[in-house]
Amino acid sequence: MIINHPLLGPRDAQEFTYLGDAALIDRPDWQGEDAQSRFYEYLYLRDNPAGTHRELWFHEGGDRSWLVVTRNTVSHEILQVELARDVARAKGRSK
Amino acid sequence: MSQTHRLTGGQIDSSRVLNFTFDGRAFQGHPGDTLASALMANGVRLMGRSFKYHRPRGVLSAGSEEPNALVELRGGARQEPNTRATVAELFEGLSARSQNRWPSLAFDAMAINDRFSNFLTAGFYYKTFMWPAAFWEKLYEPIIRRAAGLGSISLQDDPDGYDKGFLHCDLLIIGAGPAGLAAALTAGRAGAQVILADEDFAPGGRLNAETLTLGDATGAEWAAATLAELSGLPNVRLMTRTTVIGAFDHGIYGAVERVSDHLATPAAGQPRQILWRIYSRRALLCAGAIERPIAFENNDRPGVMLAGAMRAYANRWAATPAHKVAVFTNNDDGHKTAVDLLAKGVQVAAVIDTRKDAPRIADCELLAGAEVTDTRGRLGLKFVSVRLADGSERMLECGALGVSGGWNPNVHLTCHQRGRPVWNDQISAFVPGKDTPPGLTVAGAATGAFSTAAALSGGSKAAAAALCDIGIKARAIPMPRAEDAPVSLMPFWYVPGGKGRAWLDQQNDVTVKDVKLAHQENFRSVEHLKRYTTLGMATDQGKTSNMGGLAIMAELAGKTIPQVGTTIFRPPYTPVAMGALAGRAVGRDFHPTRLTPSHKWASEQGAVFVEVGNWLRAQWFPRPGETHWRQSVDREVLATRKSVGICDVTTLGKIDVQGTDAAEFLNKVYANGFAKLPVGKTRYGLMLREDGMAMDDGTTARLAEHHFVMTTTTANAVSVYRHLEFVRQCLWPDLDVQLISTTEAWAQYAVAGPNSRALLQKVVDPQFDISNEAFPFMACAEITVCGGLRARLFRISFSGELAFEIAVPTRYGDAMIRRLMQVGAAYDVVPYGTEALGVMRIEKGHAAGNELNGTTTALNLGMGRMVSKKKDSIGSVLSEREGLNAPDALMQVGLRPVDETQPITAGGHLMRRGDAANAANDQGYVTSVAYSPCLGHSIGLGFLKGGGDRQGEIMQLVSPVTGTNVEVEIVSPHFIDPEGERLRA
Repeated sequence: MIINHPLLGPRDAQEFTYLGDAALIDRPDWQGEDAQSRFYEYLYLRDNPAGTHRELWFHEGGDRSWLVVTRNTVSHEILQVELARDVARAKGRSK
Repeated sequence: MSQTHRLTGGQIDSSRVLNFTFDGRAFQGHPGDTLASALMANGVRLMGRSFKYHRPRGVLSAGSEEPNALVELRGGARQEPNTRATVAELFEGLSARSQNRWPSLAFDAMAINDRFSNFLTAGFYYKTFMWPAAFWEKLYEPIIRRAAGLGSISLQDDPDGYDKGFLHCDLLIIGAGPAGLAAALTAGRAGAQVILADEDFAPGGRLNAETLTLGDATGAEWAAATLAELSGLPNVRLMTRTTVIGAFDHGIYGAVERVSDHLATPAAGQPRQILWRIYSRRALLCAGAIERPIAFENNDRPGVMLAGAMRAYANRWAATPAHKVAVFTNNDDGHKTAVDLLAKGVQVAAVIDTRKDAPRIADCELLAGAEVTDTRGRLGLKFVSVRLADGSERMLECGALGVSGGWNPNVHLTCHQRGRPVWNDQISAFVPGKDTPPGLTVAGAATGAFSTAAALSGGSKAAAAALCDIGIKARAIPMPRAEDAPVSLMPFWYVPGGKGRAWLDQQNDVTVKDVKLAHQENFRSVEHLKRYTTLGMATDQGKTSNMGGLAIMAELAGKTIPQVGTTIFRPPYTPVAMGALAGRAVGRDFHPTRLTPSHKWASEQGAVFVEVGNWLRAQWFPRPGETHWRQSVDREVLATRKSVGICDVTTLGKIDVQGTDAAEFLNKVYANGFAKLPVGKTRYGLMLREDGMAMDDGTTARLAEHHFVMTTTTANAVSVYRHLEFVRQCLWPDLDVQLISTTEAWAQYAVAGPNSRALLQKVVDPQFDISNEAFPFMACAEITVCGGLRARLFRISFSGELAFEIAVPTRYGDAMIRRLMQVGAAYDVVPYGTEALGVMRIEKGHAAGNELNGTTTALNLGMGRMVSKKKDSIGSVLSEREGLNAPDALMQVGLRPVDETQPITAGGHLMRRGDAANAANDQGYVTSVAYSPCLGHSIGLGFLKGGGDRQGEIMQLVSPVTGTNVEVEIVSPHFIDPEGERLRA
């Protein structure tokens, strides 16, 4: 596969390591009321769609960016590649 | 003349002779021959024995689809099984042997299987070897494996090298027949970057095999002229002997180039094969078509072959399987074989055409509306029985029979990404569907356009279209005039009736009857049929046999062939040698080797090294007279604890953490607090995973307000860094913190023992005070050594002794170890390796990889209170889960044998005294063991249920694997200096 890195252009998937569902960005509030069950869901309950999936890839053999890759898990077509940091900020994550 | 079946003409160089042997017999062939064509020219029809029934078999095809003629090539370490004789290029001195026969090819004892064929039908193994179950592994399977088999391997190391390569192009053209050549010419003249790959050593495809005219030239002449033009174009890369084996994601294709398979031995430095990864913007499949046989009784006799292959041997290789042949066909194309062989002076007994209205094309007898019902000849064809249109039988004498059931477009690569071929009624065959891999289009016979004119114009147009698609100006170019005959065919798959066996899959010995039996037993899905009968599961993947099976399935089920559907085509297109897949990643080159800065010095000391990940670390340093590793390790431990020892700890991961939020960042990744760590101090940190399990541990030093240096374990250096970047970029993206791995930038040595300070004072520059008062336990500082060399000094201890770690830039690592050893001589300094390091950390009760094994929490490790509840850190929330905090949770304990002469063994489990040794009574397990030279007996660390308050209990340590059962006492894990007085001295 070829991942079109937002900063570096098309790169071979071999340069990356794969983590999984980009929902891992949505880490719950540790002081929230039901923090235990929210964390449990965050960590263990994942969707495994046959189709469009947003997932985290790490450019380990490159610039060490974490990317959010929107990929069709059936056809392997890559629809969008974003810097995970931008995605996290857009979701309101900060410090 | 020995080549009794050699004709005139052909594309071989008959002025030169190549000597070769087959089963020890000497033969001669010519450059341009394959092993199959050369054997055929020498009158050899019998080339192998079948997989299951050991039936005598000859060549069926003239290409890579060959199911029968599998041979063993070469000898010694280069012995190579299961090579198709049809694609093995002849070279001087080639030695080939037939397979799966004993004692000889002509008389094979295992052919007895053939007599028992009634018992060896579809699903035979499943039905027969059901019980008793215990017999399978020891009795049934070995016997079956011995009887049913292919070639044998040399069991020696492959002496040849294999390589991998990467190529990029605008257009990859797969196949260099008429369509591929036309496409390459079009794209090449347009200036595009083109790769033209063909599996043959002589590109041209059917242009070399047929008697065609293209304009004023023969097909072969036009192919040669086109290739000459293409090789003059710098933007075209011609790759012969190169099979494109798979269509992978995003325009990436795998290809195997057989660089020196056609040579006796590769030239020096030349690889045997190269596995190419081709990155293409567009690809064009011009893979042509593969002829399919018609099944009839005893259609597997040597001499029965595909009609197109028979005329390919005659036209290209000037070889004929017999001096008198016949043709059996259901289409016009089959008649060409008769025409071509007659033109070469071979007698043609008759053309047997299943169609009542068959046209007379060849100048020989035509038996229209007739069928071949049976054959005769023990080791080769002698007669065929023909049922004529009027129902009468007739025997025809012939030594070979060319069979044509029509042609199947070679759709394989179009299906590699789950594409499904669609049925075309005109040619009664599957053609590529619309769901080809993105960027891949198809031209020529692979689309079902079988005429030469259609292939030429289709190839040119498809190339132009593919290039226009990516913004390269190209247009189809005029092609020479060529035959444009329509396909005329009546579908016909097998001859019905008769009691004998009609073969579909000759490589896996699957008959028409097997398919019928599978259907009768309700294996009706095409995927079930395949697995139950093994149809199409051999090394040829059923290239010539699958369609026949599908047609019979359809007939039995009352469905059409497209309703039955095909099985899924998967890479590789043809078998690939393991060596090509491995490339250079063999032996010591399997992974890179990382050497520490003291490696050269340690080698000089005679160190024994151990692999730790990619690193080589000194394990111990034997001295003269030491004959057992324990002697060396015990000495290193005792000398360190008595005076001073030095160990290279460069391999530990080092991560530089800087920024105004660096302390806050560390607070998030470590379970314990770091925000209040003063500058100039170091702290032990425990890192958890989000699920609360320990991930890694190490020390982190605060060199300045906004500058920390973290250490990780050697094994986790990479994964911890990846995790830190995840936390930094994905969870708290606005923290002002920067990370960089500096593992390779610093050489680091642990200097441990009561005299470590005295030793270091001899290298640390005098303006730096490292006395206990000025530089206490857990201090850190940036200093200079040896008169101005920048260095970092940490007062940390893994051994439990007064100890330091000193880091200098890597390029000074070698000089540093030599200087330390030199000035340390006054204190009898010893170097120590990873074994002594391990012994000392177990004596001190420090956890390491054995304890941080991915299943242990901070609580298990005795560090439960370190997990701060006042801050948000990775893993803190889930580490509070009830199940992880049960009263009988495993806790780290120390173990000592009650009888001090007994060893403690790693991997053993702890049981109460008197309890039976079983899983139900399991109380815990041992993680680390060592012989403690300080205590004079074996010691261990382990995890025990509720171990926090079980000290003094005597338990049994059981290991059924090693037969161990010893009594141990539960003790504190801190065997040495539990109060920590030594390291604060």
